[in-house]
Amino acid sequence: MDIVYTIWLRSVKRYIRSKSRLIGSLGMPLFLFLVLGFGLNSVVVMPGIEQGYIGFIMPGIISMSVLFTSVFAGIQIIWDKQFGFLKETLVAPVSRLEIMLGQTVGGATTAVTQGLIILGLSLFMGLEISNIPGFAVAIVFMTLIGLSFTAFGIAIASRMDDMHGFQLIMNFVIFPIFGLSGALFPIDSLPEWIRSLTLLDPLTYGVEGIRYGLLGTSQIEPAVIFGVLSGFTILMVVVGSYLFRKISI
Amino acid sequence: MYAIEVENLVRKFGDFTAVDNLSFNIKKGEVFGLLGPNGAGKTTTMSMLSTMLPPSSGKASVNGFDILKDQDNVRKSIGIVFQDQSLDEELTAYENMDFHGRLYRIPKNTRQKKITELLKLVELYDKKDNLVKTYSGGMRRRLEIARGLMHEPQVLFLDEPTLGLDPQTRNHLWDYIDKLNKEKGITIILTTHYMEEADKLCHRIAIIDRGKIIAMNTSENLKNDIGGDVITIISPERDALYSAIKSIPEVKSIELHDSSITIGIQNAEKHVAHIVNVASANNIEINSFSIHKPTLEDVFLHFTGRTIREEEASSKDKMRMMRKAGRR
Repeated sequence: MDIVYTIWLRSVKRYIRSKSRLIGSLGMPLFLFLVLGFGLNSVVVMPGIEQGYIGFIMPGIISMSVLFTSVFAGIQIIWDKQFGFLKETLVAPVSRLEIMLGQTVGGATTAVTQGLIILGLSLFMGLEISNIPGFAVAIVFMTLIGLSFTAFGIAIASRMDDMHGFQLIMNFVIFPIFGLSGALFPIDSLPEWIRSLTLLDPLTYGVEGIRYGLLGTSQIEPAVIFGVLSGFTILMVVVGSYLFRKISI
Repeated sequence: MYAIEVENLVRKFGDFTAVDNLSFNIKKGEVFGLLGPNGAGKTTTMSMLSTMLPPSSGKASVNGFDILKDQDNVRKSIGIVFQDQSLDEELTAYENMDFHGRLYRIPKNTRQKKITELLKLVELYDKKDNLVKTYSGGMRRRLEIARGLMHEPQVLFLDEPTLGLDPQTRNHLWDYIDKLNKEKGITIILTTHYMEEADKLCHRIAIIDRGKIIAMNTSENLKNDIGGDVITIISPERDALYSAIKSIPEVKSIELHDSSITIGIQNAEKHVAHIVNVASANNIEINSFSIHKPTLEDVFLHFTGRTIREEEASSKDKMRMMRKAGRR
């Protein structure tokens, strides 16, 4: 545990210190939130959701921000590899599993923090959270998204030599995961074949989970959401630590 | 008792053999230098000894622990300063040290004491709360050495410790490494391609080329093999000059190279006139004539018949190809 804590501590310190990254990564979600939220709020009618479209996409934007931050936190291992710091960790008498878990927990922490900042900002923009337990539920799902996608990022980073492939991963993996997730549209109104595609996307469950917590309604059964997301998280941690164990520098 | 024992160590990358059947022993408390051009296999050897890279075959032990079977104990016994920087630039010097201490599970009290002590030793204590990215190259190197010593390793690996440092900082580091060895009795294995560095620090030197040890001895004996000082002569009629000089009894060794002749001779200054006279007596033109103390270049040339520069170019190409192959 000491080792996991040590690595976690480093991630958090780095996160707090890089103000530009913190602010920069708020830009995109806020932009989407304002443009889509206020832009479409009056034209899109969302039956069953009191707060309208803007309320509907808020959980989606929060998951987006958690997703991006966590994948990026995982992929950052490539920087460590390139700048040599990873060697310092790998040559120490600690197991790679501990290192990988520390990175994962660290990445998830920063990702959830980022999500909470977005949540906080959206409260200022007039959104209301009715129940506190629901808030806790949302945090649980944010944590699961954070953990699974940081591990996912680590898995990718373990197989990459440098940052050249980063753009590729962003455009062909991360954006589709976000786009298909039902963050911006209700999945129930989709044609059947796209709907089944969205149900293959793990982030869909994350979005629905947060939506369930914050708005009290979801299009998937909460127990199913929790089951699928936990399963995905475990799978990603296993795959991530397996690939990380084989990393060579 | 040996600190490091290496037996028939081999490492291959595809078809390329980076380390070829290496065997050597390093005594406890010894400073041992691996000297050779870039790509000779020095860093690969270090990586294997520090458990970062598994050998293709052969075995080795560090501080009595097998590098394959007992990795954890090997890692606890060693401190490493890598060739490339391995600090976190976004953290302060103190935090980098603290991170290291925690990784090696040093209890808090000891850790804080050690950090203070070591940072003072490398004269960075005043700047301990500055981010590493504000540090100069020499300061970073010193910090890395301090960090490598924190868990009191039995064996310290220094991979090109002074690469890219200015002469003043280099001297400073040399003194420091020397002090470490003398006062704390730490066994040090260092790689370098500066003869001067190996000369000043190492008790014994192994010259390594294309993954093989081609000579291993004290620096004194290695230079004696050349025969004292080195004279390099460039002449258009080198073959004639070669046979003329060969007859001078004081000449210990003479070698013919592409455009030059190198002569090994004691007290070269005394014999300059004689050699030049021999040349002019035979009507041989001399373009250039120089005397110097033996360098790695000469020792290397002596043992391999090639200059390091030629070797460096070709082995760099090899490394590049190897990397590309590895990526596929």
